[in-house]
Amino acid sequence: MAAVPDPRPRLAVWKFASCDGCQLTLLDCEDELLGITERVEITHFLEASSGPGPGPFDLSLVEGSVTTSQDAERIQQIRAASRRLVTIGACATAGGVQALRNYADVSEFRAVVYARPDYIDTLATSTPISAHVPVDFELRGCPIDRGQLVEVITAYLAGRTPDVPAHSVCFECKRRGTVCVTVAHGTPCLGPVTHAGCGALCPAYDRGCYGCFGPSNSTNFPSFIPLLRRDGMETLDVVRVLRTFNTAAPEFEAAVRKELPG
Amino acid sequence: MTHRESKVLKVASLARVEGEGALHLRLHDGEVAEARLKIYEPPRFFEAFLRGRAHTEPPDITSRVCGICPVAYQMSACRAIEDACGIVVDGPLAALRRLLYCGEWIESQTLHVYLLHAPDFLGAGSVIDLARTHRPHVERGLALKQTGNALMELLGGRAIHPVNVRLGGFHRVPARSELRPFAERLKRARDDAEATVRWVAGFDFPDAGIDTALLALAEPGDYAIASGTPTAMAAPSTAGLPADSDRALPTRTFPLHTFPDHVIETQVPHSTALHSLLDGNRHLTGTLARYAISGRWLPPDVLQAAREAGLGDPREGAVCRNPFRSIVVRAVEVLYAVGEALRLIEAYEPPPRPYLDVPARAGTGHGATEAPRGLLYHRYSLDADGTVTDAALVPPTAQNQAAIEQDLRRTAQERLGVAPHPSDTELTALCERVIRNHDPCISCSTHFLDLTIARD
Repeated sequence: MAAVPDPRPRLAVWKFASCDGCQLTLLDCEDELLGITERVEITHFLEASSGPGPGPFDLSLVEGSVTTSQDAERIQQIRAASRRLVTIGACATAGGVQALRNYADVSEFRAVVYARPDYIDTLATSTPISAHVPVDFELRGCPIDRGQLVEVITAYLAGRTPDVPAHSVCFECKRRGTVCVTVAHGTPCLGPVTHAGCGALCPAYDRGCYGCFGPSNSTNFPSFIPLLRRDGMETLDVVRVLRTFNTAAPEFEAAVRKELPG
Repeated sequence: MTHRESKVLKVASLARVEGEGALHLRLHDGEVAEARLKIYEPPRFFEAFLRGRAHTEPPDITSRVCGICPVAYQMSACRAIEDACGIVVDGPLAALRRLLYCGEWIESQTLHVYLLHAPDFLGAGSVIDLARTHRPHVERGLALKQTGNALMELLGGRAIHPVNVRLGGFHRVPARSELRPFAERLKRARDDAEATVRWVAGFDFPDAGIDTALLALAEPGDYAIASGTPTAMAAPSTAGLPADSDRALPTRTFPLHTFPDHVIETQVPHSTALHSLLDGNRHLTGTLARYAISGRWLPPDVLQAAREAGLGDPREGAVCRNPFRSIVVRAVEVLYAVGEALRLIEAYEPPPRPYLDVPARAGTGHGATEAPRGLLYHRYSLDADGTVTDAALVPPTAQNQAAIEQDLRRTAQERLGVAPHPSDTELTALCERVIRNHDPCISCSTHFLDLTIARD
């Protein structure tokens, strides 16, 4: 007797070089998890389930960056088997903190960490998924926001575009009613150039934003960097704060290049 | 039927573990010739790119090693750098750190108990399958896990890579009135945690024992979480006891700054994580080690729950060396963490300042805390201006890898010796269970390894 085909859309979750935190966010949707699994068939999610199923997939969520030649091939296969492909988090969207290797000699990095560097296969760069295949949507954050993840999944289930604003964190501070840490306390804050999505967490905890959602859609570094300097940051501090979890995001990279002579 | 043949059983992608690993079992003439937990997760080179960063940065940067236990990384990094700078964080700030850590223990151990481990005992492929047959239990597990996350969100801003931790303490500390309402939620969580212990105690546990040394931090009088002295208990065979013996053995301690002399890591070709040995022998960190070494200091109500769950009383020299039963010990640790969080909130008085200043100075510092999966050690060397010149991170799974492989080999060999002969499917499923018993965090173990080669 032939099995009745499962009518639910098929969701897959894939991991590349990453910390697992963004896919954990799906398991952290405690209130929504069982509801989501009633509406979608999760066909590949190794962190949660044995028995990965075969493609094709209606929606693939991709965590992590491409750092090995095998992974560069694997993302091609995943793209070919996926109707929609959404990257989740700073690694998949911008290369992640491991893209710091892009500015260094990787053979030297390998030798620092491994006694037998010849055992280790790795590429010289850590690159976002979009450098390899077309991506339907990029969800920002290190890590991603739980509410935005649920929005992305439900939007694709409903066949609409996710409602994820690309403006800066400053909007979120205003909405939250947080007093501006730069204006009130002279605290350096990347909020004006950082993509919204976290709900402006850091300023609510008396801390300047450190840019973990990457650049917003309207950065103006020539005006912004002098503000960081006014509030006490030296060139090295500016370079360090931009060279973290979204270091290879083009806007951050360009701003750092202007700061570094040569 | 003959088994005089060589064959290799493989699971290319292990499920329900954190990170990417594979299983490789080579059989020859019915004997296990080789058992490997292959770690192929791509390396991310944290120890290399930490060089040249400011001494204030490793708590946020190393958090990104592991989305499952970010607080453990933040805490071990803070302690190591504060040690290098000669600063001791104690009193209410240390209590707040412990409270945040309790949130991570509740979340992470509950995740393993319900979402990763319980399906093995109930014949389910995932928590989603489990929800079809055991929905009230799964809902209770999700509620308990959510309480751990909510505690991290309250103190840290978010549960994954919290934003509020800094050297010397926190960016902002909560008022008493912000924490007090959470006590009610923790009281409900305590009921759920007690029910969890009773639930998992009823599972069917195969007989098993692990013949390795156990290593955990200890702070006499307390169940160590965010501080303590490395403490080791020898393997049962060294005292002529069987692997599954439930008898404690004497422990020995060594100062944290001698950790690199005792826990030595070496690289093997099949892994991007390093294997490590404790004074030349395999060792296990994590839940079973903590219960063996600190169990006698658990509060009476938690000890009673543990006894009722069949674990034996650590005050009377009982330990648990059966990795299948680690799910019971994890559930007991969740109950402990919930009660501890409740105690800390009820005793909370806000510190006068959210953090102590940690001025940079040249030197080397060591820090270790108990991540849910076991002892996590960090070491940093700093320049006079605070620039990191060297960093070493030794995560629990890299330490446990040799012990896990020994457990794999022994379990597979024992099964092969019992009729009827197991199918390949049965044998690989059993081996996957053995690996999940130890809750390996492969994302962690890949990125850290040794720094025994000097580069300069």
